[in-house]
Amino acid sequence: MRRETIINAALAIGLLAIPLWAHVTGEIFTITLSTRVAILALAAVGLNLALGLGGLISFGHAAYFGLGGYAMGILAFHAQNYDPIFTWPFVFAGTKQMLVIWVVALIVSGLAAFVIGMLTLRTSGAYFIMATLAFGQMLYYLFVSWPKYGGEDGMSIYLRNDFPGVNTLDPIQFFLICYVLLMLGIFVSWRIARSPFGLALQASRQNAERVETVGITPFRIRLAAFVISGMITGLAGALMADLNRFVGPTMFSWQTSGEIMILVILGGVARLYGPVAGAALFILLEHWLGGVSDYWLAFVGALLLLVVLFARGGLIGSLAGREVAHD
Amino acid sequence: MTEPVLEIRHVHKNFGALRASHDINLTLLPGEIHALIGPNGAGKSTLIKQIAGNLRPDAGEIRFLGQDVTELDTVSRARMGLGRSFQISSVIPEFTVLQNVVLALQGAQGTSYHFFRAVLKDRETTAKAREAAERVGLGDRLAVWAQDLSHGERRKLEIAMALALEPKAFLLDEPMAGMGTEGAAEMTRFLDQLRHEAPILLVEHDMDAVFSLADRISVLDYGEIIATGTVEEIRTNPEVRRAYLGEDEEAV
Ligand SMILES: Nc1ncnc2c1ncn2[C@@H]1O[C@H](COP(=O)(O)OP(=O)(O)OP(=O)(O)O)[C@@H](O)[C@H]1O
Ligand SMILES: [Mg+2]
Repeated sequence: MRRETIINAALAIGLLAIPLWAHVTGEIFTITLSTRVAILALAAVGLNLALGLGGLISFGHAAYFGLGGYAMGILAFHAQNYDPIFTWPFVFAGTKQMLVIWVVALIVSGLAAFVIGMLTLRTSGAYFIMATLAFGQMLYYLFVSWPKYGGEDGMSIYLRNDFPGVNTLDPIQFFLICYVLLMLGIFVSWRIARSPFGLALQASRQNAERVETVGITPFRIRLAAFVISGMITGLAGALMADLNRFVGPTMFSWQTSGEIMILVILGGVARLYGPVAGAALFILLEHWLGGVSDYWLAFVGALLLLVVLFARGGLIGSLAGREVAHD
Repeated sequence: MTEPVLEIRHVHKNFGALRASHDINLTLLPGEIHALIGPNGAGKSTLIKQIAGNLRPDAGEIRFLGQDVTELDTVSRARMGLGRSFQISSVIPEFTVLQNVVLALQGAQGTSYHFFRAVLKDRETTAKAREAAERVGLGDRLAVWAQDLSHGERRKLEIAMALALEPKAFLLDEPMAGMGTEGAAEMTRFLDQLRHEAPILLVEHDMDAVFSLADRISVLDYGEIIATGTVEEIRTNPEVRRAYLGEDEEAV
């Protein structure tokens, strides 16, 4: 077995075993931390598809994270007020059903990624980074100035949403939902990386001109990847909103975009389990160092610098070594 | 007369004051190797880029398979069947040899929007890719990363990628550059076979190769075609000797 496979398995099992153990010993807080890891990792799995495989340095993935969050917030808000979202051309009521909320979150963030991708993917380098950032900020200000949905203060959802057959208020049960979705997200990105589409995407990152001369349009490949990437991050946003039972415009902030990117880089760009490693490290540092000093983010910054300078493969890369050629 | 596969009509291209292509007329006939020669900076690669669709001519028309393709982009021309290799080797560096060829294959097949199938588990595709790699002599290098290949091997990989497209015409920009005598001879033998699959527009500085392979030769100088003809005609053309082959050279 490849070394990276063993590390991946250890991460997957560890992320499951720790909260289960915490459940047995009654440490609710550890379960909540693990849930945060799973959700942030899922958001980063989304970005990793665009950034890692596609080389698309999106500094605006908060847009999809926020849209997923607000998809949940708005649907649940209308459901708890018994007030339909719109009545024409058909009645669209709010809902407390996670399954419906997820579908809406996936659609909304996918559409947004499609539009934003259409407009930004013609640019590259610093322009692309700035353009994606600009769209994230636009949505941030849109929701800050939208009083109906809480404006700057955001809005609270009093009860966690429902999932058939699951008591979502039980921390371990909600964790398991998030964990399963994370594993699904990883599975999807694993399949994509090995698919013809994934091959074209990775080739477009390395040598777009060559890709064109074999009859493939890099722009369309990138757009499709960007949409899938946005959808996965959007789903994570909906879960995060449910974990916190709160949505606020900071979900859209550029700091959020930066945080998701930091997770990917810390864990290892383009590595399948990089997002999981990155999210786990980030949350652990936040938990340990956050208690020691308010300036814990400075430590994260220093760590990030070390990774970028000396360990391009991130945590996974330094543990597993150079990526080997696929079978 | 047979219909040309590729036809360039009155093509002009200027870079500022520089005339890179001036009233270029050229045809590529079925089954032939048409060599395009000329001194450095004559405009050979510029012409290839216009044919492949990377550069748009200022004026003129490019016809491929009887169709005006002047307005089509690189991707559409590739899909119509233009197989190309670059003067500076252009491969996917972090892919293996096999992955590079598979990429070309899926471009030709239009299967790049399959999201869930494992591409290298597809027996038919990998078998085809393997065959293309074997034909250029890379059969035992399939699992090597393209960035770890030698210069000559990278040139071969490019040809294999063009081959995988099963093109209707090949555009090869200096396939023998930097290959060494041995490599060049091997490549010459290979191209001699290749012409039976599709005609080749061959840009090449290696005169031994050109003279042994070409059915026709066009000579480009300062953006203009100063002569087109058979090997013998070009060898003995005084203007060509002056411009390119070097006046003082006794026997070429
Ligand atoms: N994009 C460009 N912008 C401006 N000038 C260019 C451009 N591309 C090529 N040129 C110029 O056009 C002329 C023709 O270049 P080209 O690359 O076609 O020559 P070539 O015949 O392929 O030469 P070589 O044998 O060295 O490959 C050169 O003088 C070159 O400097
Ligand atoms: Mg050239």
